[in-house]
Amino acid sequence: MSETTRDIEIIETDILVIGGGTAGPMAAIKAKEKNPKLNVTLLEKANVKRSGAISMGMDGLNNAIIPGHATPEQYVKEITLANDGIVNQKTVMAYAQGSFEMIEQLDRWGVKFEKDETGDYNVKKVHHLGTYVLPMPEGHHVKKILYRQLRRHRVQVINRYTATRLVKDTDGRIAGVMGVNTRTADLVLIKAKAVILATGAAGRLGLPASGYLFGTYENPANAGDGYSMAYNAGAELSGIECYQINPLIKDYNGPACAYVTGPMGGYTANAGGDRFIECDYWSGQMMLEFYRELESGNGPVFLKLDHLAEETISEIEEILHSNERPSRGRFHEQRGTDYRHRMVEMHISEIGLCSGHSASGVWVDEHARTTVPGLYAAGDLACVPHNYMLGAFVYGAIAGQDAAEYCESVGEPEPDPQAVAAEAERVRAPLGRDGGVTPYQMEYKLRRMVNDYLQPPKVTTKMEIGLERFAEIRRDTARLSAKDPHELLRAMEVYAILDCAEMAARSSLYRTESRWGLYHYRVDYPEADDANWFAHVQVQREEDGTMSCFKRDIEPYIVALDDSEKAAYSKLRIANTTPKV
Amino acid sequence: MPIAYTPTSVPVVVDAEKCIADKGCTVCIDVCPLDVLAVDMAKGTAYMKYDECWYCLPCEVDCPTQAVSVSIPYLLR
Repeated sequence: MSETTRDIEIIETDILVIGGGTAGPMAAIKAKEKNPKLNVTLLEKANVKRSGAISMGMDGLNNAIIPGHATPEQYVKEITLANDGIVNQKTVMAYAQGSFEMIEQLDRWGVKFEKDETGDYNVKKVHHLGTYVLPMPEGHHVKKILYRQLRRHRVQVINRYTATRLVKDTDGRIAGVMGVNTRTADLVLIKAKAVILATGAAGRLGLPASGYLFGTYENPANAGDGYSMAYNAGAELSGIECYQINPLIKDYNGPACAYVTGPMGGYTANAGGDRFIECDYWSGQMMLEFYRELESGNGPVFLKLDHLAEETISEIEEILHSNERPSRGRFHEQRGTDYRHRMVEMHISEIGLCSGHSASGVWVDEHARTTVPGLYAAGDLACVPHNYMLGAFVYGAIAGQDAAEYCESVGEPEPDPQAVAAEAERVRAPLGRDGGVTPYQMEYKLRRMVNDYLQPPKVTTKMEIGLERFAEIRRDTARLSAKDPHELLRAMEVYAILDCAEMAARSSLYRTESRWGLYHYRVDYPEADDANWFAHVQVQREEDGTMSCFKRDIEPYIVALDDSEKAAYSKLRIANTTPKV
Repeated sequence: MPIAYTPTSVPVVVDAEKCIADKGCTVCIDVCPLDVLAVDMAKGTAYMKYDECWYCLPCEVDCPTQAVSVSIPYLLR
């Protein structure tokens, strides 16, 4: 064994799931259910008890497809429209068909959903056309319930290791992953027949205005590691130019939760307290109207609740201040913001990549397979547009079950030793450096450049300058230094953020049109161009290490769109409410 | 270039009277998604070592002795 690979611990498993948040635990559980004889290992950067986007629970399902309220066909149509036509409908349908079964599964496990007096799920309308929102006023126990199931199914959990690179065998098949302990900096090589990526969104891409690197909209542990690992393994990624930009509470940077308050009578308003959008469901088109109002003489934008009855407001406070982002209550309290008397000031988030809310992700088919044999993706990082928490559960289940079958057809994994040695050297390098640049400084500069050059409205020359800055920072990574294992974790995340930033710029430059409202609003190509751009934009790492973009045809729709509905998402502004310029 | 460190006030406060880290408790450290808490070996209490908070609250909610409190950090207030 060579010098560099000498001190690497080796673990062998059949299926390795990376990421213990939402999709990951479900993938591991379902793989074990499918074949209890398999060794299934769940690797988590933090601790699966409280990791990922739902560490403090979730206040509702945004996309429940419940018989009697909605059909899979109707949902596929809605998401096709909400994502401006650029979807592989088979993936959205795979989610939709598994949606209700998953709700019943979670219900049996003890997750509490709102039901009416007859015991039926109490679904609410938030989307433009259909009815899919199911509140979970007691949704703060989700992680505990998942953890119980992980133990019951005997999934092997490894906490506090961050995965840094996927490794393949010499035939190009997935053979495992390299990781590093975030407290000891010990390296590990986990050999696996199949790997399921469930590492969440790229939430540390843009920089919040607050001055805190970690005060992001997303859980900041989700730094885009999976996007970077999939890219470096040669997998196709798709829709990266369809950024995630969300309406949120200004400064606090958390969601205002119009999905919770909307069905109870709250709405998004301008400074005069007037509505200006017809529908609060998050889409790029809605965000463009939000942005226009925010920047206009009617701005800024607020969440309006002050017209509601006392009992309604108390109920809203109970849900929003105990679930998902519970520190919200103390943020409001400190500023004296009482929903009864004052509207809540809103803003738009920094950019991120997240298929859970928009469409940027690792390309997957309806079986959660990526374009690399043996590699799967599920949850916020898998390209299944608008799939949210329930989509993460459903796609996690699909990935776990398919990976369990795949394992039976492949032999023992043999990671390419050269790739392992090269990765060990890359990961260890920052620890040995005196001086140099701290990961915090490099991350700050990188993300400031993301804000300056990539935040929509997008301008061609700005994005080109951004790429120059990113290339300089990539050269600077040779000077990254870490004084302890924790800083090494942050240093590794800088590499991931850098890959995401470059993919965001290149995909955006490649699509020379505007689409998805604000998400891909190019000032110098302001119109949609269906003749040339009714296609997916894919990004991939070539053999020589360069990043390339190409088009992928849209699969023929399996659910046709009615002409009368096609314009639904492009008419979001309420008539006669033009923004005051 | 040499490296300097800049002082900053942090949002996670641990009540030394209530904290039982000296008895081996590491609950808050275990649940933190960003791994920013640690045990101060000299004092035997947990503390916030890295200013990388998301004010998500598991450290406060899961603490068995209610020793941890999280405030909204100054730059956000």
